[in-house]
Amino acid sequence: MRQQVAVAAKVFIQRDYTNGTMCQFQTKFPSDLETKIDKQQFEETIRTLNNLYAEAEKLSSQSFIEGCLACLTAYTVFLCMETHYEKVLKKIAKYIQEQNEKVYAPRGLLLTDPIERGLRVIEITIYEDRSFSR
Amino acid sequence: MKNCEYQQIDPRALSVSPQSAQNHADKKLQRPRRKWQVFPGKNRFFCDGRLILARQNGILPLTLGLIIVTSGLFFAFDCPFLVTHLTVFIPVIGGVLFMFVVASLLRTSFTDPGILPRATADEAADIERQIDTSGSSTYRPPPRTKEILINQQVVKLKYCFTCKMFRPPRTSHCSLCDNCVERFDHHCPWVGNCVGKRNYRYFYSFIISLSFLTSFIFGCVITHITLRSQAGKNIVQAIQESPASVVELVICFFSIWSILGLSGFHTYLVASNLTTNEDIKGSWSSKRGAEESGNPYSYNNIITNCCVTLCGPMPPSLIDRRGFLPPDEVISVAAASEVELPPFIPKSEANMCTQSTKDALERMLHSTDLHGLCPSGTPKTTPMVLEVLSAPETKELSLSSGCSHQLARQAVVDPCPPFSKNNRRDSLHSINPAFRLASPSPTLSRSVLVLGEGPDIVFSPQQH
Repeated sequence: MRQQVAVAAKVFIQRDYTNGTMCQFQTKFPSDLETKIDKQQFEETIRTLNNLYAEAEKLSSQSFIEGCLACLTAYTVFLCMETHYEKVLKKIAKYIQEQNEKVYAPRGLLLTDPIERGLRVIEITIYEDRSFSR
Repeated sequence: MKNCEYQQIDPRALSVSPQSAQNHADKKLQRPRRKWQVFPGKNRFFCDGRLILARQNGILPLTLGLIIVTSGLFFAFDCPFLVTHLTVFIPVIGGVLFMFVVASLLRTSFTDPGILPRATADEAADIERQIDTSGSSTYRPPPRTKEILINQQVVKLKYCFTCKMFRPPRTSHCSLCDNCVERFDHHCPWVGNCVGKRNYRYFYSFIISLSFLTSFIFGCVITHITLRSQAGKNIVQAIQESPASVVELVICFFSIWSILGLSGFHTYLVASNLTTNEDIKGSWSSKRGAEESGNPYSYNNIITNCCVTLCGPMPPSLIDRRGFLPPDEVISVAAASEVELPPFIPKSEANMCTQSTKDALERMLHSTDLHGLCPSGTPKTTPMVLEVLSAPETKELSLSSGCSHQLARQAVVDPCPPFSKNNRRDSLHSINPAFRLASPSPTLSRSVLVLGEGPDIVFSPQQH
């Protein structure tokens, strides 16, 4: 059950509801990460994620047309086509994976895709630095 | 209601060969499980997790039945007459409306309304840390709220004790389904599901199309009877010739009032971007005179509000019903879910019960440092622990609860406090095989177990 590396702590970035129920995360830099990662880098990641989620939920003409088409075809069109939201979620998953590989894993951190936590939190796992422990 | 049938586990068998039991447990869990099989809410799943329904869906067959019967009578008895006397488009329109109504209804019933998955143990612990609990000894701490600003308006977020998280705005916990649902509108018994963010548009299209259908059938039946009675006969004779029409008339007449009223009400809600929940509670109307200016979610434009609610992007289901459980989480989830949560799946319940009890017993066997009562690790379980600990001292010990007293002495929270009346369940009895039970009681359903493992999995008594 325990992975090869020990989990030292988990930090949770909560949702930011100041603009309503849209999916946005707080950009406040948590104190636990101060020694691990640059504040700018962290805020950049969160801001990009926020922009991606805003794009997914944006009420654009494209989403409107998609909604109307779906209604007219009794929603059977989604058997062949992905919704706009799902397409953006895939983009987000790719972005998170890329960030993990380039930025977070070298620092002993791991970002969990918020969709796996019901879009409630961004979970950042801090792994123990084994070379210095015990 | 489904009940989990626990198999009796002979504690002596376990003590003899814990190793083989462990291997057996491992082998059994090789088969990957889907997440819907361990879903904690009161829902039913069909088609291997593709379709979701509330457990209490008693009236959905009635709704479907009424619609199908009324439409069937219409097509069988009224349409032939109307086709010959009026136009062939009448059954065509009726058919299209009927298909649309049934499709919307099924869509509303079987779609995930926007259920929020419950917080993981780590998240819940993190939230607890942020809230100052100061080790209170009351059974349940006062309801926790958090105030936030949305569009310059103060909104209170409540903490959900079941889902262990602060509910996002407009989210409400449905007690019938035991889930937090986003943009919770109401739980509709006619549809057999909650109506929330993801299926509100289907619900709306259902009631609108049903209004059209009932009005259409009503109008056609009136026309039918009028035409018959005009051809030289009186009304009574006309009715005698087509008795089914009267049935349809009665059903449609009573439905129209309620359905049209409901459609009108929901059109108003859609136009002002409110939910039934908010409207009933008067969340925004008490602030100022006009609801639109009080509602922080409204765009103050009817068209925009309608578009956002009905034609907005379709959010995905957050509960990932068909995903596979990662193998290392299966043990903990299976163990936690079976004892803590109400039974919810038709398949492999017995397997899970046996497995989870075996796993739980395994853990107790192997954990020598008993973190069971560690207050620092599990502040949230303090009320449960206190409740259980007081029980063995005060209540009479029977054979069935013999373990509780002895185990309490061992500073391990016992699994079988003697208070319950559910007689369909067997529960864990001996954690330590040193305590031989003569005859495990079949009547205990509540159990509290705190496992001495890192993740601090907590079993809590059922809330019924």
